[in-house]
Amino acid sequence: MASDYRYHSNIWLEEPEESNPFAAKASYCHGYDVSGQIIPQASWFEYLLLMFKGDRPQASESRLLEKLAMVLANPGPREASVRAAMNAGVAGTNHSSALMAALAVGAGQYGGAQEVSICMRLWQECGQCLELWGNQLFNPEEDERADIWLPMEHAPGFDPNGDRTPAPVLQSLDFLAGLAPSNGSLTWLNQNRATLEDTVGYPLAISGVAAAALVDLGLNEDQGSMLYLMLRLPGAAVHALEQKQMGWKKFPYYGPAIELADDPGPFESSKPEQAPL
Amino acid sequence: MSHKHLLDTESHWVTRKGKAYLSDRVVMHNKDLHQELGDYEWLHLYLYSILGRDIGENEAKLLNFYWVATSYPDASIWPNHVTALAGTVRSTASLALMAGMSVSEASMYGRRPEVRALDFFYRAGRWCDDGGELIEFVEREKSAGRILYGYGRPLAKSDERIPYTIKKAEECGLGEGRYLKMALNVHAHLEATYGYSMNVAAIDAALAADVGLNCQEYQLFMTPCFIAGMVPCYQDARDQPEGSFFPVRCTSIVYGGRAKRDWNGPE
Repeated sequence: MASDYRYHSNIWLEEPEESNPFAAKASYCHGYDVSGQIIPQASWFEYLLLMFKGDRPQASESRLLEKLAMVLANPGPREASVRAAMNAGVAGTNHSSALMAALAVGAGQYGGAQEVSICMRLWQECGQCLELWGNQLFNPEEDERADIWLPMEHAPGFDPNGDRTPAPVLQSLDFLAGLAPSNGSLTWLNQNRATLEDTVGYPLAISGVAAAALVDLGLNEDQGSMLYLMLRLPGAAVHALEQKQMGWKKFPYYGPAIELADDPGPFESSKPEQAPL
Repeated sequence: MSHKHLLDTESHWVTRKGKAYLSDRVVMHNKDLHQELGDYEWLHLYLYSILGRDIGENEAKLLNFYWVATSYPDASIWPNHVTALAGTVRSTASLALMAGMSVSEASMYGRRPEVRALDFFYRAGRWCDDGGELIEFVEREKSAGRILYGYGRPLAKSDERIPYTIKKAEECGLGEGRYLKMALNVHAHLEATYGYSMNVAAIDAALAADVGLNCQEYQLFMTPCFIAGMVPCYQDARDQPEGSFFPVRCTSIVYGGRAKRDWNGPE
């Protein structure tokens, strides 16, 4: 007897084995046979875009996503989410904990998925209008109410700790723009980057490039945020594993670097009175 | 702006929060953890770690009740369901509880409604301080299309926690605060005008305002509040056969998407 408890999906259809209602004989993703056609014939990035967007993508779209995935795959061990994963890895914790740490830290508003999400919302609001961007980059909040997310402290998609645009950001923007529609966000960003940087006062960040690419892929801010989180995990994973092998003795211990201002010093407890000798 | 300020903190971090002098002593907000704070109940210490001050016995007792009152060992509650799923697949205790805790930062329940409800009362208070009427503020929020967090409850018409929470506030001498009265007045208006019920998020937030927590302090304080309810759900699923926690048969996925199609066919 079937259960009253059902989930609804427009993505996934499963047909059961005749012998077991809990085992799938065939699965279909947006109508395509997963085991019969998608796995043998599609690329990983075609499948990813199919899952997110619902239709078989154009070759140009899956190539843009593949190259974006490569841009994002490893932010390197200096980046906060990777450092979080390394902190997990060096102590030999669960692999899931390392990736959860990377996801939690990589979700943030400085270089993380929340920044990408806000940036993608600004693309919806500002489009390709420099004047609107010039205003909204300094006022990215939806309204004045407090939220679980703190107010943005910098222009989304730009790096307030930067001096000039790093070469990999420029290379990635230029390369990805060449794969994207000529009237799209990446192309416009490439053409107007210097003007926007002058307005903001600091350089474009990779989060800004990623947001434009995700907009060009036709994704909304929720989809873009999810992909950004996922696509940066390979670097977190390998650096967590590497630190496990490297060992804790080579891992920085910041204890001596932390200075407590106004240290009260050792606490003098009231000692019990001693009997006179 | 530039990178230059990063040079200051590359190898040196100055803090007033605390420090562990390993093999010697630990300081938290200017107090010795083991000697000066060693007699604190853990939740009182948690409040001290958030606030950097002793919030007071009665205030801590009331806030402790928030956690007690939300410890529902029921796996139909979504964060608890996550921990039960972790149990049924034999994931670890920490992974289960952290997953449950992180999904509690939700929009329909948990952290966002709590923060938004507290923010609502503080903004309402400022509105009234400036000479406005409370009901006018409520109506302005409503007409702006904003959810009035704390009013209405998706799956139930009343909230069993409210009378106990108000009773606890009275026991603690905190039952006459400005924001609690405000929460009750807002409810009276919304119920009479729109038939809205009130849930404990409104009462909890109002009392949190009365004891002086800001939104970030409140968010931090509430973050682990469901955890005692999650534990039995994890254990229960963990102790039953693998995969047996509400298994889903293929036909229980109700499909509403595209018809079957050929990967190589025309669109």
